[in-house]
Amino acid sequence: MLLYTVKRLLAGVITVWFIATATFIAMHMVPGDPLMNDKAVSAEIRKNLEQKYGLDKPVTEQYFIFLGNMLKGDFGISFTQQNRRVNDIIRDHFPVSATLGLLAIFFAATGGILWGALTAIYRNRAPDIIIMFLVILGISVPSFVFAALGQLLLVNINSMLGQSVIPVAGWGTIWHMLMPSLVLGLGTMALLTRLMRSSMLEVVNEDYIRTARAKGLSPTRIFFRHQLRNAILPVLTILGPQIAAITTGGFVVELVFAIPGLGRYFVQAVQQLDYTVIMGTTVFYGAFLVLMVILVDILYGFVDPRVRLN
Amino acid sequence: MTDTTITLSAADFEKVDSDVSVQLLSRPSLSYWQDAWIRLKKNTRAILSLYIVIFLAIFTLLGPSIWRVDPSLQDLNQISQAPSFAKGATLVGQYKRWNGIIVDNFPAEPDEYYETVQPVTGLKTYEKATTQQVRLIWDPVTGAGGYNIYRNQRVPEDFNDLGLPLGSTYGANEVSYEDRLSLESRPYFYSIVPTDGFDEYEVYTMLSITPRMTITVTEASDRGLIPSDDLTQIGHKINLEFHPFGTDYLGRDMLARLMEGARVSLFIGIVAPFIYVVIGVIYGGTAGYFGGYIDAFLMRFADFVVALPFLLFMILFKIAFGIGPGESGIFPMLLALILLAWPGTARLVRGQVLRIREQGYIEAAQLLGAKPTYLLLRHIIPNTMGVILVTLTFAVPSAIFTEAFLSFIGMGVAPPTPSWGSMCNDGVKTMLSHPHELIFPAVFISVTVLAFNLLGDGLTEALDSRMRSKE
Repeated sequence: MLLYTVKRLLAGVITVWFIATATFIAMHMVPGDPLMNDKAVSAEIRKNLEQKYGLDKPVTEQYFIFLGNMLKGDFGISFTQQNRRVNDIIRDHFPVSATLGLLAIFFAATGGILWGALTAIYRNRAPDIIIMFLVILGISVPSFVFAALGQLLLVNINSMLGQSVIPVAGWGTIWHMLMPSLVLGLGTMALLTRLMRSSMLEVVNEDYIRTARAKGLSPTRIFFRHQLRNAILPVLTILGPQIAAITTGGFVVELVFAIPGLGRYFVQAVQQLDYTVIMGTTVFYGAFLVLMVILVDILYGFVDPRVRLN
Repeated sequence: MTDTTITLSAADFEKVDSDVSVQLLSRPSLSYWQDAWIRLKKNTRAILSLYIVIFLAIFTLLGPSIWRVDPSLQDLNQISQAPSFAKGATLVGQYKRWNGIIVDNFPAEPDEYYETVQPVTGLKTYEKATTQQVRLIWDPVTGAGGYNIYRNQRVPEDFNDLGLPLGSTYGANEVSYEDRLSLESRPYFYSIVPTDGFDEYEVYTMLSITPRMTITVTEASDRGLIPSDDLTQIGHKINLEFHPFGTDYLGRDMLARLMEGARVSLFIGIVAPFIYVVIGVIYGGTAGYFGGYIDAFLMRFADFVVALPFLLFMILFKIAFGIGPGESGIFPMLLALILLAWPGTARLVRGQVLRIREQGYIEAAQLLGAKPTYLLLRHIIPNTMGVILVTLTFAVPSAIFTEAFLSFIGMGVAPPTPSWGSMCNDGVKTMLSHPHELIFPAVFISVTVLAFNLLGDGLTEALDSRMRSKE
């Protein structure tokens, strides 16, 4: 188990290096240069600016400086916001995105497992048909439409009650978080429900379920101890990549609900071509996602003894 | 062991009549694809989806030649028009300046300050209200120093709910106002509030007006609604442009834009998956076929590409490939999508090839002297086709989603080129007042994605060889 963890972490470090390099190459392919969108500056000021940001050095040297700084955990200074460090931007805005993402994952996982189990129990009966119809809807409707509809719903609730009970946009209290995280988790919830359903249906025909029944265990105990526990496993494996999808998919929800998260900041940085912020955020997100996938895989080993043996 | 002697006669070596009927199959033999097609046809949902996909193809390819409306043409008379039948309009002449009414025998300013004044009386339209202009007149009020004019789209509830402040007149005797501010043919509630020249008195008079839809002769002939700008036609009724799906916030025809947007969305949604699936098949096929170090190296690289945060890199690559002025940004997006999405197919195809390589029939073919190219073309690729087809079907909705998502956050197709995603982005801003601008593109995206998803489900079931028809 320890060896596996170390191996995975090492591979993770190489992956992050690859992400950083890809980011660096992509940013240097962008037409123009970082100082172009500023007002026309004299040659001297330009030279000073290039010196400040290290742009006067050859590309290979810039690359190694970038890698070196990254190893130290320093992503440099923003181009558009004078003297604001990228690290500070990430520290200020990432917790917001992470909270939103975690809450969304929580909704998606509990909802997906619950609905999936329910559909499997009521297979081909009304609850199954209704939930599966909603699931197809959840997979087919883009998240921004859900975000818009969610906001519309809040507006209607508030105007019906005559006062602002649940805030429509912004960030701060738990009430601000409910609707955006629900909207963000909806697509994943639909996906997990589908997976959980097929996984439950597969498990129900297994021999050990029959054995459990033959032993005279109560149906609830069979359901929770034998069926649900075994059916959850495939759902857990997909959770790692889904965390990635949810955290980066947060852009839209952050934009629609005016949430000051890192995703919204990234979009803004791209619009302003703020090079250091773009590079820093991408590498940071990449590292975070790699770590999350490794974490889920290791957790999986704890839940499923079969993986541990291998 | 006892010796037994078998005596064979010549008759024993005669050919036995084989019972032909035993070997005859009761039904014609079905190829894999024929069988899959039969099973797909039984799946109502998949077939329905197939019809939707065919309809979308017709809508996109033939639509613009049937509905010949320029998607970028603005119809300023019908901005944010909800879907409706063709609207009629009366032809009117050129706009003529109106000097308004100033009552001569009434003091412009009161001689003393009044704490309260009476509300305005006699509020009416000077002439019939049209969408060209609404001209209001009213009787002067003693003690007032001027009037403020408001316009609301619903009945005002109280003094603080009079709506849009249109303007003011200065002087108690200046008792007329002309409104020409983006009038539509719908009820308006005008309110007049007397002022002391600066502050308002808290009284108002309200008048409800529904302007008549009109269009000037010049404009109508410019837009090709009438053959000539002959002024004798004034007073005639004509039909305005017909917008079956309404118009957007700039007065552009939604149906034409949806068709144009479908071209962009479906182009990216179908071409990109097709290219990256082909790349993935070649890459994964090579890795799986050769195995060993080549496989390890190729798949390690694919793992790296998978680890890139997808949407962040979509955006990065899209700006890296650059959009020049006047370009739509479709090709940078296509390129970015292909660069990032191929490893999924590559992994899948590699797995399939590895599995098939170990099958008995491959060994048998090898023993019979089959060359690698023959094996690849005759056995391995045909056997992975099912999986590849399913991947392709599921890749289409995800590519459409990606395009819509990027266009929605303003990182996709550059305006004026419409795509379903960017239309949603426009529509979300006017969602509360004109929901149709969001609903139509959103429904188109959802139905397309739904159709491809259901078709993919159906194909998965139909192409699964374990489920071959057992009858």
